[in-house]
Amino acid sequence: MSAQPILELKNVHSGYGSIKALKDVSLKIYPGEVVAIIGANGAGKSTTLMTICGIVPLEKGDIFYNGASVKNIAPEKLPPLGLCQVPEGRRIFPRLTVEENLILGAFYRNDKPEIQRDIEHVYSLFPVLGERNRQKGGTLSGGEQQMLAIGRALMTKPKVLLLDEPSLGLAPIIIHQIFDIIADINRNQGTTILLVEQNANLALQAATRGYVLETGQITLEDKASSLLHNPEIRKAYLGE
Amino acid sequence: MIQEFKKIWKQYAITMLWLLGLLWPLLGIHPDGTLSFKQTVNVWSYIFAGTFICFIFYIINKSGNFEFFTKPVVNTSQKLGDIVQAMPSWIWKSALLIGAIIYPILTGRYPTDVVINVLLYICLGLGLYVVVGLAGMLDLGHIAFYGVGAYTYAILNVQYGIGFWVCFPLAGLTACIAGCIVGYPTLRMRGDYLAIVTLGFGEIVRIILNNWMSLTNGPNGILGVKTIGILRPVMENGLTFEIFWVKKLEYFYYFALALAILTIIAVTRINFSRIGRALEAIREDETAAELMGVNTFYYKLLAYAMGAVFAGFAGALFAARMKFVSPESFTFLESVMVLSMVVLGGMSSIPGIILGVIALIVLPEVFRELESYRMLVFGLTMIIMMLFRPSGLIAAKRKKMMETKS
Repeated sequence: MSAQPILELKNVHSGYGSIKALKDVSLKIYPGEVVAIIGANGAGKSTTLMTICGIVPLEKGDIFYNGASVKNIAPEKLPPLGLCQVPEGRRIFPRLTVEENLILGAFYRNDKPEIQRDIEHVYSLFPVLGERNRQKGGTLSGGEQQMLAIGRALMTKPKVLLLDEPSLGLAPIIIHQIFDIIADINRNQGTTILLVEQNANLALQAATRGYVLETGQITLEDKASSLLHNPEIRKAYLGE
Repeated sequence: MIQEFKKIWKQYAITMLWLLGLLWPLLGIHPDGTLSFKQTVNVWSYIFAGTFICFIFYIINKSGNFEFFTKPVVNTSQKLGDIVQAMPSWIWKSALLIGAIIYPILTGRYPTDVVINVLLYICLGLGLYVVVGLAGMLDLGHIAFYGVGAYTYAILNVQYGIGFWVCFPLAGLTACIAGCIVGYPTLRMRGDYLAIVTLGFGEIVRIILNNWMSLTNGPNGILGVKTIGILRPVMENGLTFEIFWVKKLEYFYYFALALAILTIIAVTRINFSRIGRALEAIREDETAAELMGVNTFYYKLLAYAMGAVFAGFAGALFAARMKFVSPESFTFLESVMVLSMVVLGGMSSIPGIILGVIALIVLPEVFRELESYRMLVFGLTMIIMMLFRPSGLIAAKRKKMMETKS
């Protein structure tokens, strides 16, 4: 693990108007890691990711990516830098075909043959997308939509992939498939992954390190395996 | 057959009774306070007889007793469709073009006039298509840009004597600037809020045109706008040029046709380009588009400005044809008409919009005698369309973006 974090949040405050969703959140994510943020509903997990991407405005603090501050960088400038998010609830483009969805992921890129190769790569990761490449995104099942959303984010060639609740509303077998592929992406492409999950058990098994977020504040930070065996965590999030 | 009848007769009976209840206040209550029933019953029984025949046919068809007849028809139409699909597109495109070119020669003045109207509205409709169909921003003030274009040409021509060909790009430019001025502060809004703002903008433009007496001559409008002039080579005393004023409607038709074709080509290109894809992503999910690296604000402004430019061009041509502009031509109702054309034809297909324009301009001309019922029929058509074909007359086909080897 190198000393320089690839993504760092320093005392971040943000929220929606008078509602303060994040109060003094600090995170460090090192290259090649899988980091999980776990927490209950409304703890500020999604807000953390949306603040990193600049969709929810940052009020105080700073965010560093590769050592440089990204707090004044517009959301659409982040994918070219290698920072991309798979938003909560998938949010694919329902009336565009699977292929168009993927091409939109490569929106900032101009290298057509390279894009074509990456589309093939996504199809090899998710063969079902290749079979349905002419189908409209909205007609896919929930699991396929999640795969499409991940595939679309991979098209931006991310160095850091932010995943927001990839298990949301999916059958256990599909969840395992998706988590296998996430681990695969991390292992084979060296993509750093920041994972936000309600399903703490699943997230901590997949992650190397974990943060626990409670009402907008980080309350605990540890190795994923230690968190998994921490009696307090087991009581609060793993239902024991 | 009886089963089919059982399924549906209740709905039919209720609809007919409801219609009777609607008709009576319309026809049975007179301004002098008297009430009558005879006329209502008369009209209602005609409608009832007509719909009953349709009803019987519907039941027979549903129960499959028409199959000996419908099956071959469906089959042949499918085959015809296949043949048309197999034909290279340049054949029917050039056929359409030739048809459009010889049209004014074959017909008279009045049909040509109607078609010029159609062509101008095609420009407006396709401009609005970029805003509404592609980017998904509901624009209720599109006619304002038409007005800006028309007034740009009228004012520059009448007050400063500048010719059409200089004013034509200027009309597009002023409309574009107007689009940016409205778009810049407002496009951060989404959905209904944007619709209200554009509606307000449309009214503001009309009211400015109505009240800025010194510039626009207010409600009296601007008279004496010159038509298009072109330089024509003359072979007297060697080669000289003289200005030829396009006064005849038949000649003017070709300018409108050229503009419409240019607009169709331009909008088709936008549709299939990177910009078109970005706009569609914004329509589908703005936040997701932003996360994928689409500069949503820039592309929305671009869509708005492009829509305005096409409307501005059409407006300049409109002023040149009418030789007169007044604020009355740019009311809210006109915006709604253009929007209806876009919605009726198919929100996201270019041929559909052209068909929608033709339907909403030509049909009222054909049924001129029934003019007082026009809005009634118009409303009814829209309701029926939304119920049965919500994606428009010609629904959009997903286009192929890139060939993939499977």
